[in-house]
Amino acid sequence: MKYLQNTGMGLFVLAFLLWLSMLGVGSYRLTDNVIRKSIPDSSHYALLQPALQGMINNTYNSKFTFIHDFNYAVNHVNDSLKTANAWDKVIYTSYIFPVTKNASKGPLTQHPFTFFLIILLTAITGAFLYIIPEYTKGPPGIRNNHIFHQAMTARGWIGIILGVLLIFFYILLYWYPEYITNWVVLMDPLSEKLSGGPASQWFLYGFFYTMAILVMGIRMLLKYRHNKYQRIRTYSVMFFQTAFAFIIPEILVALNKPYFDFKNIWPLDYSFFYDYHLNELISSGTLGWFMLIWGITLIVIAVPVITYFFGKRWYCSWVCGCGGLAETLGDPYRQLSSKKLKAWKIERWIIHGVLVFAVVMTAVTLINYFSHNALLGSSTNNLHKWYGFFIGSLFAGVIGVGFYPLMGNRMWCRFGCPLAAYLGMVQRFKSKFRITTNGGQCISCGNCSTYCEMGIDVKWYAQRGQDIVRSSCVGCGICSAVCPRGVLNLENLSEKGRLKTKPILIGNNLEMDITVVLKKED
Amino acid sequence: MRNIVIIGNGISGITCARHIRKKSDDAITIISAETEHFFSRTALMYVYMGHMKYDNIKPYEDWFWERNRLTLLYDHVEKVNIQQKDLVLKSEKNISYDILIIASGSASNKFGWPGQDLKGVQGLYSYPDLQLMEENTNGIKKAVVVGGGLIGIEMTEMLLSRNIPVTLLVRETNFWDTVLPLEEAQMINRHIREHHVDLRLETELKNIEGDERGHVKSIITKDEKRIPCQFVGLGVGVHPNISFLENSNIETDRGVLVNEYFETNIPQVYAIGDCAQYRKSLPGRKPIEQVWYTGRMHGETLAQTICGQRTAYNPGPWFNSAKFFDIEYQTYGTVTPQQSENEETFYWEHENGKIDFRVVYEKMDHTLIGINSFGFRLRHKLFDKWLQEKRTVEFMMEHLAAANFDPEFFQKHERSIVNSFNEKTGNKIKLKRRSRIKELIRG
Ligand SMILES: Cc1cc2nc3c(=O)[nH]c(=O)nc-3n(C[C@H](O)[C@H](O)[C@H](O)COP(=O)(O)OP(=O)(O)OC[C@H]3O[C@@H](n4cnc5c(N)ncnc54)[C@H](O)[C@@H]3O)c2cc1C
Ligand code: SF4
Ligand code: SF4
Repeated sequence: MKYLQNTGMGLFVLAFLLWLSMLGVGSYRLTDNVIRKSIPDSSHYALLQPALQGMINNTYNSKFTFIHDFNYAVNHVNDSLKTANAWDKVIYTSYIFPVTKNASKGPLTQHPFTFFLIILLTAITGAFLYIIPEYTKGPPGIRNNHIFHQAMTARGWIGIILGVLLIFFYILLYWYPEYITNWVVLMDPLSEKLSGGPASQWFLYGFFYTMAILVMGIRMLLKYRHNKYQRIRTYSVMFFQTAFAFIIPEILVALNKPYFDFKNIWPLDYSFFYDYHLNELISSGTLGWFMLIWGITLIVIAVPVITYFFGKRWYCSWVCGCGGLAETLGDPYRQLSSKKLKAWKIERWIIHGVLVFAVVMTAVTLINYFSHNALLGSSTNNLHKWYGFFIGSLFAGVIGVGFYPLMGNRMWCRFGCPLAAYLGMVQRFKSKFRITTNGGQCISCGNCSTYCEMGIDVKWYAQRGQDIVRSSCVGCGICSAVCPRGVLNLENLSEKGRLKTKPILIGNNLEMDITVVLKKED
Repeated sequence: MRNIVIIGNGISGITCARHIRKKSDDAITIISAETEHFFSRTALMYVYMGHMKYDNIKPYEDWFWERNRLTLLYDHVEKVNIQQKDLVLKSEKNISYDILIIASGSASNKFGWPGQDLKGVQGLYSYPDLQLMEENTNGIKKAVVVGGGLIGIEMTEMLLSRNIPVTLLVRETNFWDTVLPLEEAQMINRHIREHHVDLRLETELKNIEGDERGHVKSIITKDEKRIPCQFVGLGVGVHPNISFLENSNIETDRGVLVNEYFETNIPQVYAIGDCAQYRKSLPGRKPIEQVWYTGRMHGETLAQTICGQRTAYNPGPWFNSAKFFDIEYQTYGTVTPQQSENEETFYWEHENGKIDFRVVYEKMDHTLIGINSFGFRLRHKLFDKWLQEKRTVEFMMEHLAAANFDPEFFQKHERSIVNSFNEKTGNKIKLKRRSRIKELIRG
């Protein structure tokens, strides 16, 4: 058992190191063909081609020198254009990623699929060799032993290293993809199979995202094999990620249709109303119109109606991709979210702030779209740039996932996601959903609060016999699962009296005046 | 403004303080020598097992106390002077009171076994005990736990989490059969063994042997078997922690003697929680109640009296819960290990042998007396109501679907239970659909 698990761990680490080492493999050689292929814009090609003469047919062993030389050439061209006051000719499009990728030479470009398969299979085999014995060695039940003793899950050195690596990865992915082209090269064969085109860094990301949800989803299925709510919910996020977020959009692209994730909802999908996106949909015939109407229906009908009946969990812990990753890859880190009252206060400011930002940005975008106002146009672009940078990339990606091992798996969902804020308002004020507490059975042990990824201090409510009605609860059901006394249950019941439930601890036949509540905000 | 002093920051003392604060402006001081802040004793095991850190088992954040003007004093009360109305503290300070509430809890039992004070032999009650257990079990190969009760099984589970093999000595014929009826006790026997515990029933500890460093090296059972081990966990019950009250004139027996208002023989001195002993027990209840819930209810009740509304302790139907490894247990009303003459019982067990349900009711008129459930959850509110309304077993069966408190999608057991009940009793009860009796769930 132990031996199998150690082998698994070893294989996984090996695959991971192999994967990292891929970045240093091969050389780079710029040819006219590469330039032509990577710079489809003919005027840009004409401008850059002469400036790149010095690089042509040189073999670079260092990616850094290659990138440096290319950037230098482009900057040089732009500088001379600027001094010549030829502002309209300045090249703002970044070609460094496709150029670097297409200029790659070496074993990876020759046998990308072999490398891809070896690394992937080693990693998956390793993961399962570790995971399967880990969660099946004893009878089914809650197995949270040593979570606070391990460097991986208790913010120890492994957790910190992992966090740093994740943060690094996101920074490269969003802002310096030219440094990870080798990984993207490995994805080309799969991408070509699915959509017919070469892989982008986003395809790489989507693939790993999906693999993480699938592999760690199986871990979830084993860990909670005694809990059917957890199992069904996990199947659901695995399905929605694989089919809706990964495969269907690629097939749409293969069919020359717009890339579309049918379960992504504005304002999480903040670019839904961007002009280029609207134009793309409108120009794609019936299917495009259907997508547009579908997207709007989700926002104005599905969100309020389904949330009314089931709470925001239908989306956040059953359908959403961010939620899906948090509930699978992020599950080992749920206990790291802060339960402090202060954290809750900060949370409410930030998340509603982001919602306001998203709404204002979208409103400006739409007004601009319909009025073609030049002034609004440039502020729209600025808003998009800022939102994309701070919220779309920095918050949702770098902090949202990079901070899993440092501050818990729902940083984005709890503090940043504007859709969660919207769903949360419906859940808080107009929904049948709540977590019922079971009479007087709570022993204040704290398991529920500890394992609430949203940082809700569940026991605060349970120990005073008050049902939990909180906008942030994503209905993951883990508080109920880990409660050793059967106190918590996620229920959809009549709305009557839901917001006014008085705290009642059953057991003492005592008429108490409970109107005075001790100081803690509700 | 009166000066209220509470000895003990456990659930009873803290609950009482909170409820007094809700209604009055009195100065409230809470003294404890155990930890600076209130923590959940019931969760100690999870800290050892790494499910939580100490900080996670504190029911309130640290700012709570000051914000609610509850003064905490981290000190030990050595002596109570009822004449001067003051307390002598270990720090040699004195502190005076107008009203004194004794909520000093329990201490672990030791029954005078030879070798019981060797290193590596300990009970588990307090936070220092937990730290000691951490130290005592570091790197050991084998442990023995004595006691077939709640703390015994918790210690066993804790040790197993560190991969330390455990022999569990139980004096009785089956695990906890002083409380559980036979079928339930046997079910837990099986589950304990499923976790590879060496469970020895009808086995008693005779003495404990040490090595030359004064550390335990083995135990001997009454049937003269020697079991080598480096740790002995004593889970053989607790007794009121009241030795500091000796010579204080506060009347005590095993615990501090109180009436139904938690008043001791001395005016303005009260006792609640594990350390209190009723002069006259309430019907169906023990003179000393040593559980979390009763401590809390004592606190709630006494706070009313202190705030001017003299209120007798009048708890509703008994309830309790526990978890044995992976099997949750809930009980409502009174289920004794053996049914008396005028009691009838019905027992149902799931084919997996890990889920069961028992109801005990009056032979004559079929009113409910008590319910046990293992492996699935029941709604406290409904059983409390049905027991107080003196409903019949047939009524309960008919409405059982509303009482199920398991999470969504879980396998439901009501139908199977009712069918089996009908079969055994010749009844023709039809289970009402959950959707038909919604008002019961949200009444
Ligand atoms: C491991 C364990 C698990 C348990 N699990 C459960 C469970 O699952 N369900 C359940 O219902 N019950 C459970 N119990 C029992 C429950 O915890 C107790 O009944 C309850 O905590 C008693 O509360 P209390 O307020 O009366 O006393 P305590 O919690 O014991 O508090 C008394 C405090 O007073 C302090 N004190 C005592 N004397 C002095 C002095 N002279 N000076 C200063 N301070 C003093 C003590 O150090 C202590 O901190 C468990 C107990 C243990 C030990
Ligand atoms: S309160 Fe419970 S169900 Fe809601 S998010 Fe927290 S752990 Fe999940
Ligand atoms: S996990 Fe259950 S018993 Fe523990 S504090 Fe939460 S509700 Fe109470």
